[in-house]
Amino acid sequence: MTTSEESTKSDAATKHGQIDNDQKPVGFGRMLRKEDPRLIRGLGTFVDDVDLPGMLHLAILRSPYAHAEIVSIDVSAAQAHPKVKAVITGADLAEQGLAWMPTLSNDVQAVLATDKVRFAYQEVAFVVAEDRYSARDALELIEVDYKPLPVVIDVRKALDADAEVIRTDLEVKTDNHCFDWETGDREATEAVFADAEVVVSEEVIYPRVHPAPMETCGAVADVERVSGKLTLWCTTQAPHAHRTVYALVAGLPEHKIRIIAPDIGGGFGNKVPIYPGYVCAIVASLVIGKPVKWMEDRTENLVSTGFARDYVMKGEIAATKDGKIRAIRTSVLADHGAFNGVAAPTKYPAGFFGVFTGSYDLEAAYADMTAVFTNKAPGGVAYACSFRITEAVYLVERMVDILAYELDMDPAELRLKNFIQPDQFPYETKTGWVYDSGDYEPAMRKAMEMIGYDELRKEQADKRERGELMGIGISFFTEAVGAGPRKDMDILGLGMADGCELRIHPTGKAVVRLSVKTQGQGHETTFAQIVAEEIGVPVEDIDVVQGDTDNTPFGLGTYGSRSTPVSGAAAALVARKVRDKAQIIASGMLEVSVADLEWQKGSFQVKGDPTKSVTIQDIAMRAHGAGDLPEGLEGGLEAQICYNPENLTYPFGAYICVVDVDPQTAEVKVRRFVAVDDCGTQINPMIIEGQVHGGLADGVGMALMEMIAFDELGNCLAGSLMDYLIPTAMEVPDWETGHTVTPSPHHPIGAKGIGESATVGSPPAIVNAVVDALRPFGIRHADMPLTPSRVWETMQGNHQAPI
Amino acid sequence: MQVSMEINGEQRSDEIEPRMLLVHYLRDVVRLTGTHWGCDTSNCGTCVVLIDGEPVKSCTTLAAMASGHRVTTVEGLEVDGVLDPVQEGFMACHGLQCGFCTPGMMLTARALLNENADPSAEEIREAISGQICRCTGYSTIVRSIQWTAMAEDEAREQSVYLAASGTGSQA
Repeated sequence: MTTSEESTKSDAATKHGQIDNDQKPVGFGRMLRKEDPRLIRGLGTFVDDVDLPGMLHLAILRSPYAHAEIVSIDVSAAQAHPKVKAVITGADLAEQGLAWMPTLSNDVQAVLATDKVRFAYQEVAFVVAEDRYSARDALELIEVDYKPLPVVIDVRKALDADAEVIRTDLEVKTDNHCFDWETGDREATEAVFADAEVVVSEEVIYPRVHPAPMETCGAVADVERVSGKLTLWCTTQAPHAHRTVYALVAGLPEHKIRIIAPDIGGGFGNKVPIYPGYVCAIVASLVIGKPVKWMEDRTENLVSTGFARDYVMKGEIAATKDGKIRAIRTSVLADHGAFNGVAAPTKYPAGFFGVFTGSYDLEAAYADMTAVFTNKAPGGVAYACSFRITEAVYLVERMVDILAYELDMDPAELRLKNFIQPDQFPYETKTGWVYDSGDYEPAMRKAMEMIGYDELRKEQADKRERGELMGIGISFFTEAVGAGPRKDMDILGLGMADGCELRIHPTGKAVVRLSVKTQGQGHETTFAQIVAEEIGVPVEDIDVVQGDTDNTPFGLGTYGSRSTPVSGAAAALVARKVRDKAQIIASGMLEVSVADLEWQKGSFQVKGDPTKSVTIQDIAMRAHGAGDLPEGLEGGLEAQICYNPENLTYPFGAYICVVDVDPQTAEVKVRRFVAVDDCGTQINPMIIEGQVHGGLADGVGMALMEMIAFDELGNCLAGSLMDYLIPTAMEVPDWETGHTVTPSPHHPIGAKGIGESATVGSPPAIVNAVVDALRPFGIRHADMPLTPSRVWETMQGNHQAPI
Repeated sequence: MQVSMEINGEQRSDEIEPRMLLVHYLRDVVRLTGTHWGCDTSNCGTCVVLIDGEPVKSCTTLAAMASGHRVTTVEGLEVDGVLDPVQEGFMACHGLQCGFCTPGMMLTARALLNENADPSAEEIREAISGQICRCTGYSTIVRSIQWTAMAEDEAREQSVYLAASGTGSQA
């Protein structure tokens, strides 16, 4: 048993029999979650739990080929199935102008293939039947005649002159080029490299991985026959954005669309895009006039929905001999699959990869990127990546370790020597990102102290003498989260700002309505705490409404760790707006001027006379009562706001990992993992710790186990959880976490966001640890996933790149 | 075909297709939707229920195979308005986030603690190793189960004490 598990156990012993919520704060602090009582009773409502009268079930026929022309489709046998209500093909959708839909990157994607299929498992037709088994049975009865085409699977060959063109649907498309992108100053960077004392270079690959939330994607569409109003229960992280896109795509009037995102069983970015299945369910309900449910199975989730990463990055660092990093340069080949389905702000086709300069003070930086189409599923931005910062952090943190290897320097010392210093914030990077605040060295020192860095290095030296393979890996990351501001950031033209509404009822209870939507992050608790902190109403008296477009204000949704930085700010500011009005009402009640009142959390008090005060509950009753209000003031106590962030927030952290590699089997065991995170002001430390833990497990998965691989024909080799390996409790250690607090200067409560920090920061720490363990073999780089076979090959001097 | 089983203490019989999986029977026929479905291949364990007290993956069990047996789902953990200590432990130690894997995790925990009242962290990890959680990273689940073990241990000591002092009926 590890240390923290022991200490928890002894804590638990003193708290038996009662839930430790006795010190629950009015506002920030550790408190138990409001969502848990229903979830631990199995009384959550997930999309597949929705059961409407007369509801039908939809199943999708998918392509067995990665690239093939559709010669013909015969649905007659399926239509004859006694329980089948409809069979729809791409040709049917084309008649309605619905065969194609826009992606979130201004590309288009087939809802159902019409001309040809472009990736294995692409959607070809759907069946609607009375029950889920019959719908699946009928899929077997559809005959499709395919004419296979040459496939483009190897990203490095996608732009070869003889490569088959995938996107023949796009006019004037004669190759598989998707886009080019660059950032930084090429010439200035070249100049630094030209006179650098030391240059290191390496190809660093972030393979294709998948968020694989435990709940797969699905929807229940219900179009009311008379009013024409569509209600869509859907696994979406961004209900408002989805509603507007449906309005734009299907021509449905936006006020006749209601998206309900009920309890969501994990998202991690997988539930940001709009998938063909959602559109199929809507079409089916429109056509048949009954509610229709579509739930994908696990294979469909893994092989067809939003994947993540797939970047081949050539990285270079220019430095001095004594370890001052001067410049970073990278050239990236990005595999976007068959359609550009990246969910990133319009001006950022590579997401926020531009923060690849990391946490270091540089003279110059430059990146260029070529993105290509291949015969693989679309996606690219998912899996808690903070819009591609996973890739950026992995690149820079891997390259810094390679530099440390070449200079024979300690990787901790090298990082400490190059950090942006506290007095340099706000710090503008060489690629134009303005880091809001940071104090890196204390976080790094704290992590080193927690893990006992110096002692571990001694232990490692002893073990190396004995031929044992122990590695210590460090990662120091800076994230950029909380998109907008709206002038710079939009999704399909929708500005990335978030609405929030707060209403105080006459008895002083409150309801706050959010545009964002939890998928497990605990919004019901966190947002109630933010409002409680600002307005002094106890958390249990605040209802948090989310995930229903008819009952919440517009906003762009929960992804990119943006809920707390954007909607959290909105919640704080809308509460302050309500408080301002409450102060005016209080001045009338206490017959003093507004300026003579001071706010004590939960009440206004006359300055210098604590006996004269009114609580927020008193004020709420007065606001709704029959008595007089100050002149010109409307009754009621509520407000709304649309918060447009002034800048991103920049959480950071220092992670250190210890691994042991079995010299006989090459199996990697993560022995310890220390994570010190700084997400600014902490709202609920328990939830923050939980967010970090989850991301660390993701890191173990990506670094050691997870990969969406393909064979040469484009068959996905990771189509089940038997093939796509996700860590269980046996593969991960007991996490050790710590924190520092460096508030964001522009966020109203100083919070920065934490949802993705650990997913971003942990993979390089683990890979760096494994590579460190393999140092006796003269190894300075190995690619993820570091499965026993890849580690073994690497030990034999035969490292195989994963793609 | 006809299946009959005791579910959370209530006997019931239904006419179903012979191929119907237990998870679909519980969710779609009995309408107990706390049992979730996540993978089809027995890997994720969101569908775990107890059959005669043993954790079983209901996505790869035919409803017919449970006929004549005793099935416990997450809805059966709370009895007469009193939560199972496992449920309290998961709330107390933040053992859940999205809540999707939670019913299966709690049922496995219940079965483990019934067999082993004081499991080590390693034993807990092994017991839940057939189940996947994407949110928590498992540490808080381990702590939740340890919390439960402690709470149940103290409750047992308490009841022994109360019984010895003749005041047990008040407990």
